[in-house]
Amino acid sequence: MAASTTTGNFKVIGTRPIRHDGVDKVTGRAKFGADYAFPGMLHGKVLRSPHAHAIIKSINVDKALKLPGVQAIVTSKDLPPAENKLEQAGEMTINPMYLSMNILARDKVLYDGHAIAAVAATSPHIAEEALRLSEVEYEVLPPVMAVDAATRPGAPILLNDLRNPEEGDKPTNVAQHYQFKRGDVAAGFKAADYVIEREFNTAMVHQGYIEPHNAVGIYNPDGQATIYCSTQGPVIVRSLSAQVLGMPVGKIKVVPAEIGGGFGGKTTIYLEPLSLLLSKKTGAPVKLTMSRAEVLRASGPTPGAKIKVKMGATRDGKLVAAEIWMAYQAGAFPGSPVGAGAMCIIAPYTVENFVIDAYDVVVNRPKTASYRAPGATQAAFASETVIDELAEKCGIDPIDFRIKNGVKEGSPQVVGPPFKRIGFIQTCEAIKNSDHYKSKLTGKFRGRGVASGFWFNAGMQSSAIVNIHADGTASVVTGSPDIGGTRASMAMITAEVLGLPVTDVRPIVTDTDSIGHTDVTGGSRVTFATGMAVYEAAKDAERQLIERAAKVWEKKPDEVEFRAGMLHAKGGGVPPLSIKQLAPRFARTGGPITGRASVSARGVGPGFATSVVDVEVDPDTGKVQVLRCTVAQDAGKAIHPSYVEGQMQGGTAQGIGWALNEEYFYDDKGTLRNSGFLDYRIPTCLDLPMIETIVVEEPNPGHPLGVRGVGEVSIVPPVAAVANAIYRAVGVRMTQTPMSPPKLLKAMLKHRSATQHSAAAD
Amino acid sequence: MILARPGGFQVLHAINYEAPTTLDEAVSILKTHGENARPLCGGTDLIIQLRAGVRRTEHIVDVKKIKELQVLSFDAKKGLRLGAAVPCIEIHESDVMRRHYPGLTEAAHIIGSLQIQNRASVGGNLCNGSPAGDATPALIALGARARIVGPSGEREVPVEDFVVSPGRTMLKPGELLVELLVPPPPPQSSDAYLRFIPRNEMDIAVVGVGAALTLDGDKVKAARIALGAVAPTPILAGKAADALIGRKLDDAALEAAGRAASQACSPIDDMRGTAEFRLHIAAVLTRRALSIAAERAKKN
Amino acid sequence: MSKKTAVEATINGEPVEFLCEPRQSLLETLRDVLELTGSKEGCLTGDCGACTVLVDGRAVCSCLMLGVEAQGKNITTVEGLATKGVLSVLQNKFLEDAALQCGICTPGFLVSAKALLDRNPNPTEHEVRYALAGNLCRCTGYDKIVRAVLDAARDIRSPGEAKAAAR
Repeated sequence: MAASTTTGNFKVIGTRPIRHDGVDKVTGRAKFGADYAFPGMLHGKVLRSPHAHAIIKSINVDKALKLPGVQAIVTSKDLPPAENKLEQAGEMTINPMYLSMNILARDKVLYDGHAIAAVAATSPHIAEEALRLSEVEYEVLPPVMAVDAATRPGAPILLNDLRNPEEGDKPTNVAQHYQFKRGDVAAGFKAADYVIEREFNTAMVHQGYIEPHNAVGIYNPDGQATIYCSTQGPVIVRSLSAQVLGMPVGKIKVVPAEIGGGFGGKTTIYLEPLSLLLSKKTGAPVKLTMSRAEVLRASGPTPGAKIKVKMGATRDGKLVAAEIWMAYQAGAFPGSPVGAGAMCIIAPYTVENFVIDAYDVVVNRPKTASYRAPGATQAAFASETVIDELAEKCGIDPIDFRIKNGVKEGSPQVVGPPFKRIGFIQTCEAIKNSDHYKSKLTGKFRGRGVASGFWFNAGMQSSAIVNIHADGTASVVTGSPDIGGTRASMAMITAEVLGLPVTDVRPIVTDTDSIGHTDVTGGSRVTFATGMAVYEAAKDAERQLIERAAKVWEKKPDEVEFRAGMLHAKGGGVPPLSIKQLAPRFARTGGPITGRASVSARGVGPGFATSVVDVEVDPDTGKVQVLRCTVAQDAGKAIHPSYVEGQMQGGTAQGIGWALNEEYFYDDKGTLRNSGFLDYRIPTCLDLPMIETIVVEEPNPGHPLGVRGVGEVSIVPPVAAVANAIYRAVGVRMTQTPMSPPKLLKAMLKHRSATQHSAAAD
Repeated sequence: MILARPGGFQVLHAINYEAPTTLDEAVSILKTHGENARPLCGGTDLIIQLRAGVRRTEHIVDVKKIKELQVLSFDAKKGLRLGAAVPCIEIHESDVMRRHYPGLTEAAHIIGSLQIQNRASVGGNLCNGSPAGDATPALIALGARARIVGPSGEREVPVEDFVVSPGRTMLKPGELLVELLVPPPPPQSSDAYLRFIPRNEMDIAVVGVGAALTLDGDKVKAARIALGAVAPTPILAGKAADALIGRKLDDAALEAAGRAASQACSPIDDMRGTAEFRLHIAAVLTRRALSIAAERAKKN
Repeated sequence: MSKKTAVEATINGEPVEFLCEPRQSLLETLRDVLELTGSKEGCLTGDCGACTVLVDGRAVCSCLMLGVEAQGKNITTVEGLATKGVLSVLQNKFLEDAALQCGICTPGFLVSAKALLDRNPNPTEHEVRYALAGNLCRCTGYDKIVRAVLDAARDIRSPGEAKAAAR
């Protein structure tokens, strides 16, 4: 179990060693999912719907099957029936029917790009040709693309079986209604001196990982199957694929390849079960990859949202009431993160009276998936803009306003027990005292904006093994795919505990058979939870080392201690032994030393971040240039500071892209018009300045090393920070994302003519 | 038959590839296959279009080995000869180009990233026939002509007549664009190209404006203004330019030119910008491009 | 219909002969025919730069070039940046400065950065950003990548200084 936090002089933790997988990644040797090839491997492609909403009347693949080189074609007929209910698949709650329907459509297609069939052929060219020869007859239905359209009376219904308790047996597109409340909202607003009420709309955006989805499936004649894929969650791929295919979980082994980005978008399945289905039918390994267009059309973006925020404060700057209504696009099947968004939207602040109503609404878009602090960014755009307005009305600096209302140890959460030791206020103070914030911003049409954010972070289960080898070096084995440098952190934790040089510890990421259950690389949990397992496993190895030294010295284990990488007999009398010296004696003192641990990690420390952004707006075109940005985040304890900084910078960059230019653009038929990186605009190198980071270390009492997850929360503040900066630059409050030039220009021209009018009227 | 599919395909359909080394050879291949053959320069438009199924051509004719298409030469009397296959990066790296045609050079330097500029050519950009092609307004503003070779011989066409509809040029089957001919810049003249994109790089122009000016003291002696991405084809804003002749290029003149240029546009709403937005930006960029061209012209 | 063509090129300093169909891009050819999987596919439209290779010293998107166009050309991929197992200064700086997180964009960035530094040994931050604008990264926000390239430029210009600073 996790011991109390050590604050101490660390030898390895806090340094910046070269990551162990680095050489492979800078030489092109690292194998990502699409790099795998096997003898006799076939190539698969997926046939996808061009319609946003349609009934499938018939699928005819006769011509395609006759094409030389085509080995098999599968449709939903090849999948076992799936039940419409909620079920545990590993750690996730899923609806097996919806999951299966997303893999291959049943009688309806529900979004442009929805998978209908999959082909395996001897070359990717033939597979594509087979798609061209496949004939599908559709009855096109009107598409429903937005929350308003989906909830209008008489709206086309996407899923005939979908019900929610509030609407009884009436078919609906509203999958879920969550409500959170506390206190007396009406009384709260009565007491308020200032009340701000605003409506916001955010566009659907994508995680934008550079590596498209991939999977190689190998189904052996004995029923054992292996999937090689780039995934954040090998255990999820195993359990969800088993679910969809009607196979026992134990028959599937998932080998995680290196992964080229995920941000939550690779925590579910798309191609994996198809690769096994095709492999089973053909008897050969089958590789599928998505094109960029398929990634954008048919993987899992994050919802667009409609959010209404009403907040009140007394003139001294105390928040007294919040009334929030939020509806997120779930995509074609239920399950947007609107509940999480609702729990985050005012989480950084103590608000005595609130009511938050949150709705999960299906629309004819791809089923949404997690995107870095899922649900929180949309929410923070709304709430942090309103807070900025309230602070202005109260005449209080926006950071001081946040400090005044900010949560600390003992403050209540929206749901759950009061916060333990947290670092939110410290992130505010860090920004307040930063060079950036203290510097003066001069020049026309320039403005500075601040915002904060919260994310729960996750615990969940992880396992780890530490092997001590015959030469006294060690390897640490986990099942957490390395997206951002976590291998290095695992090696560093092991090295710290065992007193070894970090270059003497080799970190390995392994498959689902070779390591115990390990939940997803996501939820900001790897360094926290897998790190906790690694810590415990290293401690387990340490205990065994102590036992062996005791045997060698013919003492009792409690007469031996391990200090600074050396084994000492308490009271002296024998020269201390290093692990290197003891290692050759393992064989005759009991065998190899294997430290092991599995944790269901408690003591999660939530994450807080505060960002400040300076922008310059071109008043004639609405183009926004980000001049400077700084982000402060509470990391608890930064194991490898470079990679902690990297997470903060990456999240900030994604937030800026979300703020300025990223959006899904569907036409009125529900076809995605910008399914490529040309028109789905993520920031380039030339669009961003250096991103300054301030790592606040307020140790998490729940973790032996004080670690808090850092991967996610940095994406939450920047969208609102940019909006608040634009307001100070040109006097316009933007209430929609992206704040792209056409939208901002329109708002500025409207604002200018309004102020001219009122000036003229005076 | 066009078999476009939103998002396109990951692989190309089967194609034949030939790389002729002479103009005659190239024209002969193009003539034989007609619509089913297409010249390949940088490939930065064609390969994307083939994958997307927007163009389906079975015969790719790589024209980069033909020496006439690789010419980049300037003569003070005759002007510029810019071979159709010269990569944009060479234009950017040419002192002669930067000095005499800074606007066209700018246009070539913003046709995409360095990776794109190292392959793409101004000639290819023009032949792609996009209303948003960056090189085209700059060429039109300079009064450039296109020299075309074909089965029935040679001809020259003003660049403003080259693109006839989105994606289509006036090239007949078998014809090949060989080079662009740009007149030598008279004294006290220069050009400029500006485009509006939402990011700082990598985007297709939402509006592109090319302006070329000849001054006489502080008055405008000659002017040409061309706009891209604001109509089905790149356009020459004749009225806007004519109205400047004999005037001082003060704020009022710039305002008027901007407004007139905007009026010459007939833009669409698309995911890159609304029509309303484009009309506004056309005026803004026209004013800015004229100002820059004038500043440069004063120094010549 | 698509007959394979024999192509001769120099790849990472070695003369290579290979067969490819005209329809196969240089990227496909490198990855599927030559098994050089270091160059990555990210978009197939020349917008992400993950497939960047050098052709006669110039950075190009290999997804937009045909394999047959490699005839007679000198091509450098990420696999050719190290010399006989010794990493280049750029590669070392990327590691030291933690300029990669997931690593999928790293090959493209290294090749583009090499092309930049080969031409411009003393770039400003803006020049670095401009040269790398055709390479997308979603993980890092580019900060550490730009710093690594600037650090590498400095170290290449004055290796003696770099050693002294490291001591």
